[in-house]
Amino acid sequence: MENSTPEITGLESDSRREFLKHVLSGAATATVLMVYGPGVHGTSLRTGDSRIWKERSAEHQWTYVIDISKCIGCGACVRACKRENNVPDKLFRTWVERYVLTDKGVYVDSPNGALEGFEEVNAKIRGSALRTYFVPKMCNHCVDPPCIQVCPVGATYKDPEGFVLIDHEHCIGCAYCVQACPYQARFINPEIKKSDKCTWCYHRVKNGRLPACVEACPNRARLFGDMKDPESEVAKIFKEDKWMVLQPEMHTQPYCFYVSLPREVV
Amino acid sequence: MDLPNDALINYIFPNNIKVWWSLMIVIYPFITGLIAGAFVVSSLYHVLNLKEFKPIANFALITAFCFGLFAATPLLVHLGQPQRAFEIYITPHTTSAMSIFGYVYGGYMILLMLEIWLIYRPVFIQRANGTTGYQRPIWQGLTLGVTTYHPDSARLDHILAFILAGIGIPWACLLHGYVGFVFGSVKAISWWATALQPIIFLSSAVVSGIAMLIIMYSFIKWRNQAPYHYSMIKKLGAILLAVFAVDWALEILEIAHVWYQNAHEWEVIRPLILGPLYVPYIWGQIGVLSFVPVITLGYAVLARDTGKRMFHLINISSLLLVFQVLLMRFNVVIGGQLISKSKRGFVDFDLEIFGKEGVLTALLLLSAPFIAYYVISRFLPIFEEPVRDTATDSPGTII
Repeated sequence: MENSTPEITGLESDSRREFLKHVLSGAATATVLMVYGPGVHGTSLRTGDSRIWKERSAEHQWTYVIDISKCIGCGACVRACKRENNVPDKLFRTWVERYVLTDKGVYVDSPNGALEGFEEVNAKIRGSALRTYFVPKMCNHCVDPPCIQVCPVGATYKDPEGFVLIDHEHCIGCAYCVQACPYQARFINPEIKKSDKCTWCYHRVKNGRLPACVEACPNRARLFGDMKDPESEVAKIFKEDKWMVLQPEMHTQPYCFYVSLPREVV
Repeated sequence: MDLPNDALINYIFPNNIKVWWSLMIVIYPFITGLIAGAFVVSSLYHVLNLKEFKPIANFALITAFCFGLFAATPLLVHLGQPQRAFEIYITPHTTSAMSIFGYVYGGYMILLMLEIWLIYRPVFIQRANGTTGYQRPIWQGLTLGVTTYHPDSARLDHILAFILAGIGIPWACLLHGYVGFVFGSVKAISWWATALQPIIFLSSAVVSGIAMLIIMYSFIKWRNQAPYHYSMIKKLGAILLAVFAVDWALEILEIAHVWYQNAHEWEVIRPLILGPLYVPYIWGQIGVLSFVPVITLGYAVLARDTGKRMFHLINISSLLLVFQVLLMRFNVVIGGQLISKSKRGFVDFDLEIFGKEGVLTALLLLSAPFIAYYVISRFLPIFEEPVRDTATDSPGTII
């Protein structure tokens, strides 16, 4: 006898099941890709792993060296940086500090970041001075930077050649990175309302030039070069192993190496 | 002023021009803390089935929701690029504690809304069927299309609400605990960096939530000339005292540990708490605003008084504790940034009155949840049962 009821082939229920399976797995994949995908490429690698520097086939490994014994506190570097990078008033991508060690304590100052150099220190301090020196400071372009770790949207990242950079297309201006940096190298630029800092003059270096501060220094206290070039000054200084970094106990692995860095410098 | 590391003058880094995280970042953890605290109170009945807290269970839930509505607002006001805030959802950088905020907060609001819907849907159905005019589509919308109510569904609603409330407790802990982690994991700032930070924040959050609920309950009942549940308030006061004891112990433990270890943190923290934070921290947070409420609350809870005096004392204690928690948030957020990373000086904090992150903005954002509560209370029964009669298959009489 003819079966008048339509045969339930299971197609309807099967295809609904299949559809749901596809939708759920697609949603799961999309979620995973959104979170771990290539969107935040530079920061999806663990920057704390120094093996990255040897494994990556980056052409250069840019390095900065500062020789404290050569800095004369003229402030030319601060002026050059301000002009080159349109750094807003009262904020600094680089600055110079003056330390005067006395038998009563440590006198440190940095008048307007040393933009106009330094005036004479007062007579009382001068009278009891034991040692004095100048310390240029800036972003250390660390290998394991806490600023990258804390950025909630991955706007700051480590370039394979060593620069720590900020993608201003994505920075939300929350200032978490400003809090996290132990060197106070970062700030919120009030003109663009986003995070900002020294970039080792990426735009100059990529065009075969030196950062503005290095070029402006009259006494070669600031050096910049490629660690991968064994003939470069920075590579030779690094190999001599007489350098120090700022706040080594923070374990950020800075890539600014200081020569003749006194103990008192923070 | 005492200066750290042998500094002869107050030296702060050139980029220390201001305190970057100001009042908005002070009130943000305060508001999320109130959510967590209110939710814990509602769970006393909805999860632990402690019948004596039934009268305020739904009130606590609605209050948590009202605070939740405005939890993200201070953050949006603070951001340099608030229009990009959604990027936390689409490209979260998962090494950052802050990146989970979007999901934890959004998910928690959904959980709260689901739980409120399960409890209040008989009301929505009754109003959808019973009202006309512009109100009707709103009530119909709130029913989410489920317009019938059977006795069996009451059981299912109850089970689902129980499960949600159960998930809600650890989730509330995460919502507020992660804030503590955001601060506690910043190694560059000695005043923030401690493993205890998440639990200090969480325990003070529960304190602020319970205290705020007591104050709101008392005020609403007084305003409506309705009777108070004295014994319930006394029990709530006891829980408040216990949680505050834990919170205060943790705060003291943290500072005692730093003092005792006498390491690089103490070098900058000692001049901080003896200098700029002397009044707000020593006198305010761990001093007067801790000792006085403990004494008044202790008496109110331990004495045999079950009447008005007990009730007034608990309210005074609650008010002091709400301020203690707010002051603690201020001391943590602002205090940490007062220490210059030069480790040889302290930054000034200029309290703005007007301005984007000023006192007026803060007051406005702090009052917004109460205004939202007032609006909701005009439309929903908060202290009455959403359903009286579950024996029939129609919604019971709503007061």
